[in-house]
Amino acid sequence: MAHFESRPMHDRQQESAATMARNSRSGLVLFAVYLVFYVAFVVLTAFAAEWMRTEVAGVNVAIYAGFALIAGAFLLALVYLWRCRSGDERNAKH
Amino acid sequence: MLYQPSIVAVIAFATFVAVTLGLSFYLGAKAKSSQGFFAASGGIPWFVNGVAFAGDYLSAASFLGICGMIAFYGYDGFLYSIGYLTGWVVALFVIAEPLKRLGKFTFADALDSQFNSRGIKLSAAISTLAVSVFYLIPQMVGAGALMRPLLGFSHATGVLVVGGIVIVIVATAGMVSTTYVQFIKGGLLVLFCAVLTVMILNRGLSTNPNLVNEAEKEKNGVPKTLRRGAVAVERLPRPNTTPLPSDGAWKDKPYRRFRTPLGGTEVVRVEGGVATLCQTLTKMSDGKLLVDGLPLGDGPYEKQLAPVGNIETLPGGKTETGPLGPIEYLGVLQKSKIVVWASEKIVESDGAVTTVYYPRVREGKDLLFPGASPTFKGVRGETFVEKLDFLSLMLALFCGTASLPHILIRYYTVKDQAAARKSTVVGIASIGFFYVLTLYLGLGAMTSGNLDVTNSNMSAPLLARTFGEFPFALISAIAFTTVLGTVSGLIMAASGAVAHDLVANFFGVEMTDHQKVRIAKITAVFVGIVAMALGIVFEKMNVTFLVGWAFNVAASANLPALVMLLFWPRTTKQGITAAIFVGMTASLAWILLSAQAFRDVYGLPAEDALVPFSQPGIVTIPLGFLVLVVVSLMTPRTGREPGSASA
Repeated sequence: MAHFESRPMHDRQQESAATMARNSRSGLVLFAVYLVFYVAFVVLTAFAAEWMRTEVAGVNVAIYAGFALIAGAFLLALVYLWRCRSGDERNAKH
Repeated sequence: MLYQPSIVAVIAFATFVAVTLGLSFYLGAKAKSSQGFFAASGGIPWFVNGVAFAGDYLSAASFLGICGMIAFYGYDGFLYSIGYLTGWVVALFVIAEPLKRLGKFTFADALDSQFNSRGIKLSAAISTLAVSVFYLIPQMVGAGALMRPLLGFSHATGVLVVGGIVIVIVATAGMVSTTYVQFIKGGLLVLFCAVLTVMILNRGLSTNPNLVNEAEKEKNGVPKTLRRGAVAVERLPRPNTTPLPSDGAWKDKPYRRFRTPLGGTEVVRVEGGVATLCQTLTKMSDGKLLVDGLPLGDGPYEKQLAPVGNIETLPGGKTETGPLGPIEYLGVLQKSKIVVWASEKIVESDGAVTTVYYPRVREGKDLLFPGASPTFKGVRGETFVEKLDFLSLMLALFCGTASLPHILIRYYTVKDQAAARKSTVVGIASIGFFYVLTLYLGLGAMTSGNLDVTNSNMSAPLLARTFGEFPFALISAIAFTTVLGTVSGLIMAASGAVAHDLVANFFGVEMTDHQKVRIAKITAVFVGIVAMALGIVFEKMNVTFLVGWAFNVAASANLPALVMLLFWPRTTKQGITAAIFVGMTASLAWILLSAQAFRDVYGLPAEDALVPFSQPGIVTIPLGFLVLVVVSLMTPRTGREPGSASA
């Protein structure tokens, strides 16, 4: 499995402070976005159950919402990866 | 008999163990230094580490427990899937990279990196130990519970076998072998569950579970599903039975009992003019077990509980659907009526305890919505307090993942922040995919006609059995490896807390690198033995209860300290120490005083509980933050290196 990055410790790359700050900001923004959806799911389930029971194509909204929360976590994670990588590249050009 | 230890299962199990141990010894040479032992020299490739996250995280409780909960109660088990996964969002976006940058081997390293405070080292090490041990108990109990039906071991033997193998894995090559065991297990678990889901969708839904693979069932000696049997009350007693008096504990209960010609007892539940046939399991005061009044066994005049769980009616009066798509499957279930079994305990005056299992027909759309289980029924309640339990558990699941010490240490096995990031994304992908599959595995088990009314944890393996001997053997062996992977990660976390945080850093014992590794290995053996003892002692303990406990304690103790350290420059070492201690003790105390603990641990009436709901997170997580802020503001800001708060 040596072809995945298994370089020894001494050449590990520390990211620059500017990159870290930018990544950290991206992380917090995406976290906030996700948090809104999660809180909405929990609150709607607890307090607007009738609406969550609405059926779309024979399946209730609660099930779609569960799938969407799982898929959404993965999609936002990909967005985060993409934003962090472009951060590295931008820095490398300076 | 519902469980027959199969030769194929034993062979699959032995192969897994041999591969695992062989790998550990092979990798042992790579873990001579403390850097190698605690953090695999930071040399684990990100992809392997990502799948190992899944292997670490998808414990027996989440695999067997969630499938079982969905099989018995529908959507409510899926709520755990959603909560467990969303926790990873906190881990990836907020915690992963700073933790990687600040720490070396353990979570205490990261917290203490700017302070060099003995208080932080001690409190972080104690909370790591506490959470790891509480999380270990359900894993070990689960291991014992698995081994008995699958391989025919006794509970204690099962626990000892798991404990012994894990000690060898951890003591030979520490984090290196632990990582590869988790990688193998994570990969196998997700792949096999995907195959099983395809088989479930391909089989579709049917109102007669006995028609499904009947030839296969007969060949394997799998008993016929007991379907709901109901007659009008006027037609009681049934031919050849004599009524028994409804006295003692049976008085005022909705049951009527009849003596059968063979000397057994037939119990029916009377509701709305309909009498439904029940199954009963009686534990006599001398420990003997009776099924429907006859001794438990396979001989003549003996009886076993029958497997259950089937669809009563499909939409449009069909009896079979044929292959279904993933959304179609849920749509058909939503319009079906499904037979699920509930239970009630009746304690008689002579000390005998009878559990009555009775079928109920429930609407699919009711089961596919939150609130069908006792744990979450509050969400359908009228008052805000009833709903608080649900809100609190969803909060603890959200915050708990990023505070679990055995997950946090996995960030030190990759080389840098970019690798930490990528491996978390791989982890989220595999774990998320798996949790989607749990819904189909659980619902497949619910309608498979092969549920064990006494044990929801066995739903997934029993579902595999309806597809034949080989899937059953494979899933049993994978379930076993599941326990190995998580237990070795937990023992690794505890061993790092003791050797690195307590002995080397808190007590300041001067050690060579080699000595430090030796102490860690001795700790691993010791923690492993403690885990085995606890696994045997807590045999009867409810497994999901303990997992929720561990998540609540981890979130209350660790999360406030981690988050505030990263985002509030005014945080002081006293604030962190106080927040960890207060969060840990408050959440523990709350759980010990809750209705759930009163009922399940002490056997006292749940109404006597001293706290209003069972899940402490919604109170104790904010409490941890509050304590941290108040104590930090009261203490001087010292010892923090300038410029280091720029996370």
